[in-house]
Amino acid sequence: MGTSNQDVLIAEDEKLGLFQVARKAFTDSTIMDAEYDAIFNKCWLYIGHESEVAKKGDFVRRLVAKRNLIFNRDTSGTLNAFFNTCPHRGAEVCREPKGNAKHFQCFYHGWIFSAEGKLKSLPGADRYSGDFKNQDRGNLVPVPRFANYRGLCFVNFDVGACTLEEYLGNAKEYLDLVVDQSAEAMTIISGQQDYAIRANWKLLVENSNDGYHAATTHATYLDYLANTRAIGNEVALKGIGKELGGGHAVLEYTAPWGRPIANWIPPWGEEGRKEMDAIHAKLVELHGQEKADRICFKNRNLLIFPNLVINDIMALTFRTFYPAAPNYMSVTGWALAPAAESEWARKYRLDNFLEFLGPGGFATPDDVEALESCQAGYANSLENGTGWNDISKGMGMDASYDDEVQMRSFWKEWNRRVTQAAGQAE
Amino acid sequence: MNLPTRSEVEDFLFLEADLLDNWQLKDWLALYTQDAVYQVPSTDLAKTAEPDNSLFYIADDYARLEQRVIRLGKKTMWSEYPRSKTRHLVTNVRVLGTSGDDILVRAAFAVYRTKWGNTDIYVGSYEYGLRRDGAGLKISKKRCNLDLDGLRPQGRVSILL
Repeated sequence: MGTSNQDVLIAEDEKLGLFQVARKAFTDSTIMDAEYDAIFNKCWLYIGHESEVAKKGDFVRRLVAKRNLIFNRDTSGTLNAFFNTCPHRGAEVCREPKGNAKHFQCFYHGWIFSAEGKLKSLPGADRYSGDFKNQDRGNLVPVPRFANYRGLCFVNFDVGACTLEEYLGNAKEYLDLVVDQSAEAMTIISGQQDYAIRANWKLLVENSNDGYHAATTHATYLDYLANTRAIGNEVALKGIGKELGGGHAVLEYTAPWGRPIANWIPPWGEEGRKEMDAIHAKLVELHGQEKADRICFKNRNLLIFPNLVINDIMALTFRTFYPAAPNYMSVTGWALAPAAESEWARKYRLDNFLEFLGPGGFATPDDVEALESCQAGYANSLENGTGWNDISKGMGMDASYDDEVQMRSFWKEWNRRVTQAAGQAE
Repeated sequence: MNLPTRSEVEDFLFLEADLLDNWQLKDWLALYTQDAVYQVPSTDLAKTAEPDNSLFYIADDYARLEQRVIRLGKKTMWSEYPRSKTRHLVTNVRVLGTSGDDILVRAAFAVYRTKWGNTDIYVGSYEYGLRRDGAGLKISKKRCNLDLDGLRPQGRVSILL
């Protein structure tokens, strides 16, 4: 498989309290190839939320680990993921980003497929053998594995993979804290934030659940918060980091910002206080006091290995990202919300989202800058003494939200999969 | 209301562009009314989408726009310090009519941002609401509709478009 990866990429010494990652892991294209082989081609990957294809016939196009896929709901209501390529000569059969269609037609030679992926019309059918027509050779090809966990849909390109539920394991508890934010369905809000970062994708894994960087990287956001939004709500950043197994990890903590489910801040006024109190009361009724308080007053940054980030912070965002090169990733971000929330709640949720999150927020652009700056720094990685990143914070101690246990969790699973694959290739 | 001429509007928009490219952002903000909105929709949204129920890249009221300008003035705004070099090209200006107190103007833009050896282009159309202010004009709305499939490779809208 072309990796020369018998090199040690992770160095861990519990006695010394030291955990290091070789910077080569961020710069070497053979390692990126190994990641596609051993991680993206083997793990469960998020494709979308069922609300994006709510009605029969709804479809969206999705790029997942370099595959061009159709995610749709067919005429019987079943969710599917197909490879977006005509079985005949390969052209894409779906050429719109989203929509509603009972059929997909390949414009090259006119083959037509149902929303279930079956070949419905074969122009010039009399010139094909009976055997060809009987063998279902002309149907769209579904992805090898597709599964839905409470509305969150995933695909897996490895036919032999474990079930999605087994894969998610302990992370399910935290997904439930997202899905259980409403008794009604959750929905993806229209508007998709597509952007890129000129940095290795694993830098965004680390950054998306890094409680350590906020004070400096986001100094201007915290200034803004302290001078405007958080006056009267001076809650400390405090909480824990946790490994969930399988490379999944989470931070769970209190913070000074408002949460649309349902942590009121003074700028939201009396109308907002009533909204937040009602949401909280409803959740107490549904889940009991303890779980309702946890949903409302704790923030969570969740990583589902390898590349689904669910940040349940000043708003609820889903984010996935893939490397096109060791130093370039494409990122997609969405906002999730209760489908039935009030107009007021939706407006304030989105307002809160944009204040921090996304390429135009008061925080994410500085994360992008930091990640690109790390990547630039790795140009030095061949020099003595600059070949390793340090991920040691909090080793041998109870994990605080601003330690690095959640990153070590990712790196251990990453290393296990990448080196296992390299070992098999020998 | 007497509509301003295209050349009067052009002079005003070219001044705005010049203030942005010279990083005179407090002077830039002074061109805006206290009830102004500044918006950059996500690139997959319809032209009619509104930020109350759709996810934008940016949807500022005046208060947040002022905070954005304050943030852009700080050395701890890492994405724009050191500052990028920008050039706002504004063209195809049309004065379309009025809506309430607003004079509706549309224009095309290409904004070049250069930093760390990369030059990224943001291209699209501006929708402006302008208001008469004594002998001059002020901006009550600026919506920047990007003609892009996402911010790839731009990665961020840390500058003002």
